[in-house]
Amino acid sequence: MTTQEVLAKVTDIFRDVLDEDNIVLKPETTADDVEEWDSLTHIQIIVAIEKRFGIKFSTAEINGFKNVGEMSDAIVKKKV
Amino acid sequence: MLSFNELRKQIKKPVDPALPSIKIGIVGDSPTQFLNQAIRGYGLTQGIAFDILEADIDQIDQQILIPDSELNEFKPRYILIFESVYLLRDRFYSLSASDRISYAESYKDRIRSLYMAAARTGAKVICFSYPMISDGVFGNYGYKTKLSFTTQLIRINAALAELAVELKDLFVMDTAALAASQGLENITQRNLYINSGLLYQPDFYAVIAKHITDQIMAIIGRFKKCLILDLDNTTWGGIIGDDGIENIQIGSLGTGKAFTELQKWAKQLKERGIILAICSKNTESVAMEPFEKHPDMVLRLKDIAVFVANWETKVDNIRHIQSILNIGFDSMVFLDDNPFERNMVRSSIPDITVPELPENPEEYMPFIISQNLFETASLSEGDESRTAQYQEEAKRAALQKSFLNEDEFLESLNMVSVVRPFDKFNIPRVAQLTQRSNQFNLRTIRYSEEEAAKVASSDDHITLTFTLEDKFGDSGLIAIIILEKRKDTFFIDTWLMSCRVLKRGMENFTLNTIVEIAKREGVGEVIGDYIPTKKNQMVQDHYKNLGFTEKDGKWILDVNNYIILPNKISAQ
Repeated sequence: MTTQEVLAKVTDIFRDVLDEDNIVLKPETTADDVEEWDSLTHIQIIVAIEKRFGIKFSTAEINGFKNVGEMSDAIVKKKV
Repeated sequence: MLSFNELRKQIKKPVDPALPSIKIGIVGDSPTQFLNQAIRGYGLTQGIAFDILEADIDQIDQQILIPDSELNEFKPRYILIFESVYLLRDRFYSLSASDRISYAESYKDRIRSLYMAAARTGAKVICFSYPMISDGVFGNYGYKTKLSFTTQLIRINAALAELAVELKDLFVMDTAALAASQGLENITQRNLYINSGLLYQPDFYAVIAKHITDQIMAIIGRFKKCLILDLDNTTWGGIIGDDGIENIQIGSLGTGKAFTELQKWAKQLKERGIILAICSKNTESVAMEPFEKHPDMVLRLKDIAVFVANWETKVDNIRHIQSILNIGFDSMVFLDDNPFERNMVRSSIPDITVPELPENPEEYMPFIISQNLFETASLSEGDESRTAQYQEEAKRAALQKSFLNEDEFLESLNMVSVVRPFDKFNIPRVAQLTQRSNQFNLRTIRYSEEEAAKVASSDDHITLTFTLEDKFGDSGLIAIIILEKRKDTFFIDTWLMSCRVLKRGMENFTLNTIVEIAKREGVGEVIGDYIPTKKNQMVQDHYKNLGFTEKDGKWILDVNNYIILPNKISAQ
């Protein structure tokens, strides 16, 4: 799976969890750029991503993602 | 079951201001935001707007014990004490060996004192039982020593059960059972717990929210009273009309065990006061035969309050059952294996609960249990005899057809009523009736047992209970009056009656009794009041029909010119 494909699926998850159809994610997008992306919805997003891709993030990863790009890269790596 | 995400979307919609609002305070030692959002979301799906205060984390005792804490200032009706089993364990670890042995006792004392403080503010308390975990210290030997967390955890859950029995307004939400059925591994997530202390996966908060809401709805009187069962492939396997009594599956035949399980469950429900009814497309005699003759049947005809088997539609038959039982459709559950029948009933009678039974009978019971269909908040002695009462009602209905006029019929019933004030024997039933009666209830004021006891001992009130017995049986306590003494008048604070005894002249008998007391006390006027609700339209003209005259939105009865209303009930 390419980063591009992962990003598209992650975008769907963000839209569903945050209930906002207009969200557009880029690799450099951070929590500051998305209004409803707070610590609570972050947990929902993590759980939804884990379920969708069948992967598990470590605690260190959850805390360490600086932006959507790093999150997507981690997903791509786990899916290889 | 709705996911957490779906519940969260509920709370983002505008809330209907007409919804009843109930205040809940949540105190916890792990993050409670998910619990808060899930309860609010689930409440909205059930027509309740929960108003929730989340106290700061780790402030459980202070918030409850300090009178002017944020929690107490909020004046919640319910306080949820949401404690983590891992912190329960860590506190255990910090104790000396001698304190470890009595850990459960000191836990029990602590919860009792929290409850006492909460009860003084009028709040009810909901605690959570703890999921069973192993801490990997003693291995299986843990059961053999009080020094193990294993033993103390078991004793703490037992202590919660003991406290709930002892303390009237303490309720336990059974997390332990839910965790056992779903599996701790499936409901917890290590990375979230280590990262933010979050106890459970978001979706498990949705499950907890349902159970909390179920409990609160039961406490406020919204609960299920009746289970209606289809027969073929629901109560037994196979089709009685085609397969015959020898070949239907119950007991050890085929998938019979699954149906036996369901019957055992239904029988237990019946024993705790749920009314059972049968609604089946069958010839009646054929449908009844297994109940009379099959050795493996758990349910027998005596367990069934209303048995309807014919070739009419299920919608018509359920309406017929409702008319005999006289309870709201929203207090009924209908189980049927056939999706077509389910949908037809659901679309014609939207208030009834029709669970989407799984296709395979072996999955019936786990599914049914997961739905928590029959939550309750109280038990009373009349519960066990209710089935017999409804069977009597069916006989009365049959007898009535044979009389030409109503008076003659009522006369033949030999009705007797015992009138008594509230006392310690009838107060549980009084409180239960004030909480359950929705239709024949003029002002729908709910009384807890404590509140009922308070009115009973008040000099400013007169309380009355009425029983009704006839030749078919004893209906028990069926009507309640609370009169508030005001200057030269009685104000009828509460007038409610069980719908079972409608059209028997009980209203007339009751008013005669009220007037008799008014005359004795030298009171000139009785004032009635009607507060409309969604369910009590049947009594909107109650006072008018009894000869009261309207004045400024209230109903006035002149005691001195009162003419005794006719009825066929004699007082005892």
